[in-house]
Amino acid sequence: MTIEPPPPVITLEQIYKSYGDNAVLRGVDLTVRQGEAVFLIGPSGGGKSTLLRCINFLERPEAGTLTFLGETLCSQNRTNFSIAPEKQLRRARSRMPMVFQQFNLFSHRTVLENVMEGPVTVKKMPKNAGVGLAREALDRVHMLQKQDHYPDQLSGGQKQRVAIARALAMEPPVILFDEPTSALDPELVSGVQTIISDLSNQGLTLLVVTHDPAFVQSTAHKVCFCDDGHILESGTVSDIYTNPRTQRVQKFILSSGSRMT
Amino acid sequence: MSVFWSELQEYFPFLLKGAEVTLQLSIISMALGMILGFLAAVGRLSGRKIIRWPLEAYVEIWRDTPLIVQLLLIYFSLPELGIVLSAFWAGVLGLTLNLSAYLSEVYRAAILAVDQGQKAAAVSLGMSPLQVYRRLIIPQAFVACLPTQGGYFIALLKDCSLVSFISVNELLRHATIIISNTFDSMNTYLMVAIIYFLMSFTSARCVSYLERKLTPSRNRKPKIKPTISEMPQGGSII
Repeated sequence: MTIEPPPPVITLEQIYKSYGDNAVLRGVDLTVRQGEAVFLIGPSGGGKSTLLRCINFLERPEAGTLTFLGETLCSQNRTNFSIAPEKQLRRARSRMPMVFQQFNLFSHRTVLENVMEGPVTVKKMPKNAGVGLAREALDRVHMLQKQDHYPDQLSGGQKQRVAIARALAMEPPVILFDEPTSALDPELVSGVQTIISDLSNQGLTLLVVTHDPAFVQSTAHKVCFCDDGHILESGTVSDIYTNPRTQRVQKFILSSGSRMT
Repeated sequence: MSVFWSELQEYFPFLLKGAEVTLQLSIISMALGMILGFLAAVGRLSGRKIIRWPLEAYVEIWRDTPLIVQLLLIYFSLPELGIVLSAFWAGVLGLTLNLSAYLSEVYRAAILAVDQGQKAAAVSLGMSPLQVYRRLIIPQAFVACLPTQGGYFIALLKDCSLVSFISVNELLRHATIIISNTFDSMNTYLMVAIIYFLMSFTSARCVSYLERKLTPSRNRKPKIKPTISEMPQGGSII
């Protein structure tokens, strides 16, 4: 007897993307299920970030099918590739906000205004309700006491926590993380990682690109190794870090010194 | 020197009348030039060639011909086309078209300089292009090019003197009228210079003040004093 797997949140089939002659994604298949923390790992230039940016259509995929919560955002049949209308893409984006390596907080707005921006501007929530929601989100990342500061008055770790709150305020079913701790001082990394792990423990679906093996091993439900525009291997943490099947992954795990025994 | 003082008392009010017109010309032209310049900048950044090319032609032609020639052309040739404008409004039109050609370049650069990452963040929240402009690009770009805009305003204030050529009764033309009565060019022009200086200097100060006021910075205190005491947060969090 098998347990019914949770429903998929994001499904990718044969996603392609190239910049000129440079094919960055060459047929990616990926399923992110509800409640899962899926981690994308692999060498730089392997297409991880592009993949993430194709999922929320910051970059437009050129072929393939992408389904988000039952909605087809782009689809491919034998001859035709079509992308959903811009309006539908925007609605989808608001339900899978992204946290960036460089934080990308709005520098002309305070912490609270940054977090309110999504609910008030995009979801047309009344301002009072937006403030309440934003304060709640800030509280979850322990940044409420800095609500009236401007981004350039914060440390990197604080900025990233605000960026996470900005994503949380959208009350999304899934959050995309693009190397959320790569730009942080080593001593600030664990604070941000703990927050992300906590979100996963609370049942939020996450799709995370990272270079940090310890973070993957502590938090991931599913690990996908991405190189050369493909997902070469995917499985649980121990599948990838203890028993990698392909030589490419074995080499990568060994060279990054993150093999688990 | 005593001549200067007596003339100052006699003619200064008349010069100030002219200065008032100069200010009106500058402020109206600046406001219209900003709107037109912004629209031209956005149009030039749009992907459509049919919008972009005419605007690029406009910016080039207006930047590459002298303002005085533009003013004379507008004042003397528009009536030929059946459009009769008073000297004042012909001046406003000329100054506006000239200024917006320059400002559109300033705005275009400022819009392009807004951090790509912040734009990506706005888009990734689900904002529409219009919302991204309204909530992110315009507020940041406007402040970023405030000093440059201030510079253009001061240049405009002084360029208004050219409008005396098409018989607008502004500061310089009033001076010319005084001189034709008194033949005292030196003292009159000295007064004119002082008035221009005061107007420009005040504008420059206002712009600096505005810039300081609108730029959130490291040196600035948070908007409201934090109400919750800044205690280190518990547990494993940093």
